[in-house]
Amino acid sequence: MLRPLPLLTTMVLLGPVAFGLIGTVLPAFGFLVPGADAPLAHALDWPGLPRALAVSVLSGVLSTLGALIGATLILAGWHGTAAFGWMERVLSPLLAVPHAAAALGLAFLIAPSGWILRIPANLLGWDQAPDLLILNDAWGLSLTAGLIAKELPFLLLMMLAALPQAEVGPRLRVARSLGQGRIAGWLKAVFPSVYAQVRLPVLVVLVFGMTNVDVAVILGPSTPVTLSVQVTRWMTDPDLAFRAVAAAGGLILFAATVAVLALWWAGERLAARLGRAWIWSGRGLPESPARLAGLLLAGGSAAMVLAGLGALAVWSVAALWTFPDMLPDALTMRSWSRFGPEMGAVALRTLTLAAGATLVSVILVIGCLEAEHRFGLTLGQRALWLLYLPLLVPQVAFLPGLQLLPLSLGFGPSVWLVLAGHVVFVLPYVFLSLAGPFRAWDVRLARVASGLGATPNRTLWRLRLPMLLGPLLTAVAVGVAVSVGQYLVTLLLGGGRVPTLATEAVALSSGGDRRAIGVWGLGQAGAALVPFMLALIVPAVVFRNRRGMLHV
Amino acid sequence: MSRFAPLVLAALLAAPAFADPDPADWQAVTEAAKGQTVYWHAWGGSTATNDFIAWIGERAAEQGVTLEHVKLSDTADAVGAVLTEQQAGRDTDGSVDMIWINGANFASMKEADLLFGPFAEQLPNWRFVDVEGKTVTSDFTVPTEGYESPWAMAQLVVVYDSARVKSPPKSADALLEWVGENPGRFTYPQPPDFLGTTFLKQMLIELVPDPAILQDPVGESYADDTAILWEVLDQMRPALWRQGRAYPENGPRQFQLINDGEVDLAFSFSPGEATTAIANFELPDTVRTYVLEGGTIGNASFVAIPYNSSAKEGAMVVANILLSPEAQLRAQTPDILGYGTVLDMDKLSPEDRAAFDALDLGVATLSPAQLGQALPEPHPSWATRLAEDWVARYGVAQ
Repeated sequence: MLRPLPLLTTMVLLGPVAFGLIGTVLPAFGFLVPGADAPLAHALDWPGLPRALAVSVLSGVLSTLGALIGATLILAGWHGTAAFGWMERVLSPLLAVPHAAAALGLAFLIAPSGWILRIPANLLGWDQAPDLLILNDAWGLSLTAGLIAKELPFLLLMMLAALPQAEVGPRLRVARSLGQGRIAGWLKAVFPSVYAQVRLPVLVVLVFGMTNVDVAVILGPSTPVTLSVQVTRWMTDPDLAFRAVAAAGGLILFAATVAVLALWWAGERLAARLGRAWIWSGRGLPESPARLAGLLLAGGSAAMVLAGLGALAVWSVAALWTFPDMLPDALTMRSWSRFGPEMGAVALRTLTLAAGATLVSVILVIGCLEAEHRFGLTLGQRALWLLYLPLLVPQVAFLPGLQLLPLSLGFGPSVWLVLAGHVVFVLPYVFLSLAGPFRAWDVRLARVASGLGATPNRTLWRLRLPMLLGPLLTAVAVGVAVSVGQYLVTLLLGGGRVPTLATEAVALSSGGDRRAIGVWGLGQAGAALVPFMLALIVPAVVFRNRRGMLHV
Repeated sequence: MSRFAPLVLAALLAAPAFADPDPADWQAVTEAAKGQTVYWHAWGGSTATNDFIAWIGERAAEQGVTLEHVKLSDTADAVGAVLTEQQAGRDTDGSVDMIWINGANFASMKEADLLFGPFAEQLPNWRFVDVEGKTVTSDFTVPTEGYESPWAMAQLVVVYDSARVKSPPKSADALLEWVGENPGRFTYPQPPDFLGTTFLKQMLIELVPDPAILQDPVGESYADDTAILWEVLDQMRPALWRQGRAYPENGPRQFQLINDGEVDLAFSFSPGEATTAIANFELPDTVRTYVLEGGTIGNASFVAIPYNSSAKEGAMVVANILLSPEAQLRAQTPDILGYGTVLDMDKLSPEDRAAFDALDLGVATLSPAQLGQALPEPHPSWATRLAEDWVARYGVAQ
């Protein structure tokens, strides 16, 4: 019963990626799709390719660097202070805000007629918005900013989780006693071991930045679009031959991703060498500016996402709201009564899907961890890479194949295909979230239980899992949030027939109706956030009179 | 999982392949339609249209048909889905049951034999349709031959805020001049968006010496014929909103730009859309519409049924509901949709006619007399070619 689960999990992670890549590679070279004529040459001939690829690479690399530097500086400069505790409380829930919802809010904030520039417009009496290319700028800088705002909290929390293994206190004390400043000491003594632990998440951020579709559609350039968006467009072109071109485009992007990962790896080596030289030199850093920069980057990210969500909320209840007014003429619930019922119905469907995908993932993950505990069956040393595989291979590189292959076997797009697709992306996060607490549980309790005659199953169900209720619920909340945020999987594997909050919110973003965007964007953010709140509240209530059993 | 149960059930029920229904036997059609789920693939970029389609769904439910609106950002997506299925050999039980369609998409589906029909002229409510006065039997010069059923009339209008613009430009030349005098205040939806492409066609009609050539497919002289258009667009570009480095995705997005004080003009293919937008707080109530001095392009919106639809009967029932006086009246009501009706007032019952007469079209909607005779759509090959060339010139940074 338990023994096959690690293998099954491996197949769940590995199968779709391998299957999908094959389904992408074959059409790219002219197989599988009838009527496709030299698709790779066609994709390479696309006149927008140089710019689209450049913007994809640029926004990916810059957003990763920005998020990494921001997370590092705030951690190095402020960890342990009251400001940091406050920042951590603000940033953690933001992690759950789906990319699309955050981007939609940000779009209104930074547009030339948006909230930020309405302040000078009111002060200086402008009656026309300035004609500035901020949103959808040709080099993807607003896209980069949006990605930084969303990825910084992710990396920060990943680094926080890595701190216990980095012996921060002793190392920092040594560094400080050698006359190093707070940030310089942290960078020299702690960062290397923290980075080694968060390396895979950093690469995930890099790949996501280069290849995401939902944020790029909303914030990215349009003349031309980024390569990932163009691949999605080719996927849905009326001319079937373009499926093959899409596959070829996905392959080009995949190749670019591999190249950038290789460069990043070289960059790591270089940074390590330079860092070592810097350590030996004994030179410090401009401490105060660096601390300030960290605070500004992290605080700015939080402020942008929060203000964006605030803008969505105001739009959802706005009557007429024209430039340059800071607030609407009047408030009305009309948009909620107009779009609310349908949004609620889709939210229910989204959450059902998320619950299904999370349930499957949690069962597989617990199965794997319990098999590891009982039989010493682990996924091996490469397990971590395996876990990250679906997150490291660009979605646009293997989803086209995943859509084409079942179709050629006679399965149409369906809700079950979408569910299976969601599991592929939910499972790694559930595993990462649950593995630590599960392994950290005191196994002596199991020995005591066994000594009292409890079977391993009884120990699992009556002792281990109840004690791990908190982490379990957090893992579920993470799984639900990941599923609620999935855009491309739902779009491609559902064939447009499985509307979720993510697909509807992104589809609305192209239209102009900010009130509808407000309602749907808030709905999506809420669907991701509410499970997190429950994960905090439920254990607190359940363990209110047995606090010693609470496992955090 | 109960939400998905109807979906699964529908898939199970629709599994066996039936012979195509006979539209003339309406009794049999309505019987077979009961219990079917119709996936209507329709452009979903306008919330007013989405609400209207939801209302049609309620009417369909009364006849036992479940209507699901699959919201598209581009109708070509649905055409692509049908094509994919055909190439994969899925000739029955297809995923698309009905498409909101016209122009190039219709022409290519009809040519590739991807449509079910003819059915349109056998629909019971066809008897109300204004076959003489409205272009409902040809679509961008291509004869419909009953392979698509009309449901709304559209005509290009220009939208402006009368509080900001006193005398808006009413011809291509005047527009060029106005853009030069008001840099950064004009733009158009980015082709291949249908409204952006329509703007290109409208400009071409205004600029070519003899617009009659546009009724034929694109020919040898295409480069010469369109040279003047690109010249004008090149001239206009530096003075466009964002210097032409970004464009709004579609028409409703450009409405938002007027509301945000970023541009002064916008386009709509639905004469009543501006009034609807005012009612929905999307535009200030000082917004008005007009047509160009030489007239503007008009066409009809249709619905077509793919050859492999899993619910052809249900789709015909929906197409028939769309042609009902009740639905047409609702579509023309400015606060709801403001689409022009395809019906002939003389063929309606006195009560229905009175209801249409009683409609207050709203401040920003032109009367039929003000709209004037719509200009015919060019052959679909022009739209395709113009959009492609526009993308090659301006859509991919050089």
